[in-house]
Amino acid sequence: MKSRDLAYIALFAAIIAVLGLLPAVYPLGSTVPITAQTLGVMLAGSVLGARRGALAVLTFLVVVAVGVPALSGGRGGLAVFAGPSAGYLYSWPIAAFVIGVLTQLTWRRFNLAWAMVANLVGGVAVIYAIGIPFVTVYTDASLTAAASSAVSFIPGDIVKAVVASVVAVAVAKAYPVIELPRRRPAAG
Amino acid sequence: MTVSLYVPLASPVHRAPAGLKLGLLAALAVALFVVDRPEVVGAALVVVVAVGLLVARLPARSLWAQVRPVWPWLVLLLLFHGVFTDWRTGAVTTLRLLALVVAAAVVTSSTRVTELVAVVEWLARPLAVFGVRPARVGLVIAMTLRFIPLIAERAHRIREAQAARGAARMRWGILVPLLIQVLRLATTLGEALDARGADAPVTPPRRRAGASTS
Repeated sequence: MKSRDLAYIALFAAIIAVLGLLPAVYPLGSTVPITAQTLGVMLAGSVLGARRGALAVLTFLVVVAVGVPALSGGRGGLAVFAGPSAGYLYSWPIAAFVIGVLTQLTWRRFNLAWAMVANLVGGVAVIYAIGIPFVTVYTDASLTAAASSAVSFIPGDIVKAVVASVVAVAVAKAYPVIELPRRRPAAG
Repeated sequence: MTVSLYVPLASPVHRAPAGLKLGLLAALAVALFVVDRPEVVGAALVVVVAVGLLVARLPARSLWAQVRPVWPWLVLLLLFHGVFTDWRTGAVTTLRLLALVVAAAVVTSSTRVTELVAVVEWLARPLAVFGVRPARVGLVIAMTLRFIPLIAERAHRIREAQAARGAARMRWGILVPLLIQVLRLATTLGEALDARGADAPVTPPRRRAGASTS
């Protein structure tokens, strides 16, 4: 891993933290906040790729764990990793990794459609696939009860996946960061 | 500098090594999930709160600030189990969660960020097998802490520039310019790190494929 990769990781971890500072949006008078933080997770995967994206998210979580209140709503410390909703936090690095893998697979023909696929699969499906069972195991609640508690967040997450995809495509055009291994050997 | 949840005080809990505190926290977490008698879990909660308020002398306010976000969960859990399972299970689950969250908050409030980062570096040592260099883990965390205020400031500046051009309603409009600025910064930063020897085993500069980057 090159020094520039370390810089990418640190800077994106900081971006995820800064996105948590943006005030939450309450669309249509609902009580469910939409925060920009998972947007940062999606962007880490789709801009930096699988490895660096996942490491950036992991770094962000470590920074939160050591006591920086960088989670949206000014939360932080080890306490946030103990609650029933901690499974969502643990899912974030995996989400960024999956988004990165899908982005790299489609990188040669990367467009809004592929970005949407990557962000919806990695940034929405993966997060719920880990977060909901975690709530269930933690609270001994049934899977359906836990799932119904999450449903209200899904529209906001789809909005974020769209925003992340638009931004990722724009950044990929202006300043591509993902480098694929060259197909032809030698001659390099 | 970035704010942290650390509350500077002189107490035995503050002086205890960070690794010990984290180890005890982990042990407590395991123990709480093995035990399922409400009186034992309740006693653990009382002990944890007493350690936080009386031994570490942390202000109740700073502990409460970290516990508050799980409050709705606690109420929901108690009601859910009270109605669908039984009140005993509800009490155990709620008390267990509360004890764990308070204990974590005590550790966070009584330990400096730098000490915890040192523990993270120490924990990363076995990862050397996979080629992870623990010192670099610490370096990346330190850089992140430094960059949070810097990026917040840049985001603010971009928003002001956009507002000056009459684009006040563009909520997500700052993301693309912000990301491109940050990616540029990373390139400069990588070079600065190399110049200071962060990239110890010297690798020959590789030519990039196509993409011309300014």
